[in-house]
Amino acid sequence: MVGTPLNLKVLSEKQPPLSGGHRLCAGCAEAIIVKQVLLAIDDPVVVINGTGCLEVSTTIFPYTAWRVPWIHVAFENTAAVASGVEAAYRALIRRGGFPTDRRVVFVAFAGDGGTYDIGLQALSGALERGHKFLYVCLDNEGYMNTGIQRSSATPRGAWTTTTPVGAAMPGKPQWRKDLTGIIAAHRIPYVAQAAPSHWKDLMSKVRKAVAVDGPAFLNVLADCNRGWRHDPALTLEVTRMAVETCYWPLFEVENGEWRLNHRPRRKLPIIEYLKLQGRFAHLLRPEYQDLVEEIQKEVDRRWEELLHRCGEPAGT
Amino acid sequence: MGRWMALEGTEAVAYAMKQVAPDVVAAYPITPQTGIVQTFAQFVADGEVHTEFLQVESEHSALSACVGAAAAGARAMTATSSQGLALMWEILYIAAAMRLPIVMPVVNRALSAPINIHCDHSDSMGARDSGWIQIYSENAQEAYDNTIQAVRIAEHPQVRLPVMVMMDGFITSHAVERVWIEDEDVVRAFVGTYQPACTLLNLERPLTFGALDFYDYYFEHKRHQVEAMRRAKEAILEVAEDFARRFGRRYGLLETYRLEDAEVAVVVLSSTAGTARVAVDNLRRLGWRVGLLKPRVYRPFPDLEIVQALRHVRAIGVMDRAIAFGAMENGGPLWLDLLAAAHRHGLHVPIADYVFGLGGRDITPSEIEGIFTDLMQIAERGKVTRPVTYVGVRGEAPLPMPAEWSLWIPEATIAGD
Repeated sequence: MVGTPLNLKVLSEKQPPLSGGHRLCAGCAEAIIVKQVLLAIDDPVVVINGTGCLEVSTTIFPYTAWRVPWIHVAFENTAAVASGVEAAYRALIRRGGFPTDRRVVFVAFAGDGGTYDIGLQALSGALERGHKFLYVCLDNEGYMNTGIQRSSATPRGAWTTTTPVGAAMPGKPQWRKDLTGIIAAHRIPYVAQAAPSHWKDLMSKVRKAVAVDGPAFLNVLADCNRGWRHDPALTLEVTRMAVETCYWPLFEVENGEWRLNHRPRRKLPIIEYLKLQGRFAHLLRPEYQDLVEEIQKEVDRRWEELLHRCGEPAGT
Repeated sequence: MGRWMALEGTEAVAYAMKQVAPDVVAAYPITPQTGIVQTFAQFVADGEVHTEFLQVESEHSALSACVGAAAAGARAMTATSSQGLALMWEILYIAAAMRLPIVMPVVNRALSAPINIHCDHSDSMGARDSGWIQIYSENAQEAYDNTIQAVRIAEHPQVRLPVMVMMDGFITSHAVERVWIEDEDVVRAFVGTYQPACTLLNLERPLTFGALDFYDYYFEHKRHQVEAMRRAKEAILEVAEDFARRFGRRYGLLETYRLEDAEVAVVVLSSTAGTARVAVDNLRRLGWRVGLLKPRVYRPFPDLEIVQALRHVRAIGVMDRAIAFGAMENGGPLWLDLLAAAHRHGLHVPIADYVFGLGGRDITPSEIEGIFTDLMQIAERGKVTRPVTYVGVRGEAPLPMPAEWSLWIPEATIAGD
């Protein structure tokens, strides 16, 4: 794949399309991921952004942190807006309203609320129609912009303000939705799961995603230290632990072929991930030991299933 | 030179869309609008129009895709009815506030519940304050003409607002009428090429669309929308003037029928104006001085123009095909607007409301003659005793009928054609 070499020296010389001065929280993974995604793309980019932290923190009128064309319309329609923008681009090229030799890459960013939940229909429709765009889900596992409420991406046992921990409820009672699997079932050319802690893997995936002829989807774990309750300095450590415990495996589905991109040398127990975050603090108490075991079993089950799909040898 | 065609209302609008040749159409089927999208789809399939046609998975996505497309500098259209319009609600306001000149034919249909596929104006009336320009069409010809003009109005540099073009569900959408269809090249020349003020695809000048706007700027942006809506009136007339010059059919903000010397008048939107014309003719033959006013443009509301046209009458009956639940007397939106306009412009005559035709209930010439009879009595009394009448509803006190009722003869409608 041609393009700017993915090494830090070269990348550090590129001007990030998202400038500093935005108002995302210190330690927010979203700004890191957006820069990783956009720096991986050499062609001109147009960004479509769903309502959420990224949108509200980067475009407080009359300021904008975006050096590239950017549009926000609403919460649940990011993929539909992207469809319209991409269709307009094709229409304008056809009627001579846009240079034919100018390739433009359309990148949509939305959170897990806007993707797993309220925006799933619009996303599914856009994928089925085959629009050529990259959709990046910034999965921080909850409605963090509104103040930490549960979404269908919130993991079981996590504290949120709508799944509080009390005598009758141990945080979120349900397992999280397997969105990446759902998107893969759309049989689009490229689907992948990534994490900003593994930046080179993430950026290589972006390269592949924007090279395909059709829709591409990237699900990226976007640590939210405000919602996950940990020191803002630990963003990438927590994210790395999600990968090393196989809670958030790195894989891709390229034209229907499942491939594992990272196999931890030693699969760490899930407690190592849980104990870093205040949202799981209650799980460290003895009365929740069974729940932790259940969570471990589910992580193992999903990991084995993934290994099988990727044609990898089983086992921890 | 154009030609006469036998078309359903939806087909006439699809012809208008084909001739306008939007860059992007994103739509979703819903009765009674479906005829528009499926006719347009056939035009696309036959290669008669080169449009990026997105068969989206919902009306919410239809309008969202139009917003994206229009922001990217494309001419974008969609079409809907009833529940579809309701589902678009959130994006209606956004399309208007982002000042995107999207054109949307709306085939009026009742809103659930109870579910009903037939005509009333509850759907578009609910959207009356969303910031869209609203134009109501009496028949297929008007729907065709208004759709073409809507493109110019929406994109007018002094306006830049989305436009809804209404026609009555089934009554207009599914009835075959004789429609004059213009030649494609003259329609294309009339609408010209969309020249956006700024676009998302301008890579040299990257812009942020849809920023977060707090208490320090939001209000000014809303105020700009007011200004655009205010200027729309003039732009609508300017476009109508050019349309008349090129095509010979003249449109204004409103239309009157035998109103000049009328003692009492009925004000009604869309296809019912055609029925009311018959009632006017029937009663005129009996020597009654009755007239009709049909607003064509409902948003921006032509308050002064309507009041001026009605200044000489002794009583006004507004016919509303929607209810503003919980508003004054549970009347209809047109009546409420007219009362406000009369007050604002010093028109002191009794104004009664006649809510009719909800869920597609038929309204007959004789019922409208009953409304005129009621209005004559109101004019005599000099005041309204029953502010809102729900016409032809079980359990409601019926309207009076003209004494010379037996004289009603249908030939008059042919003579007046």
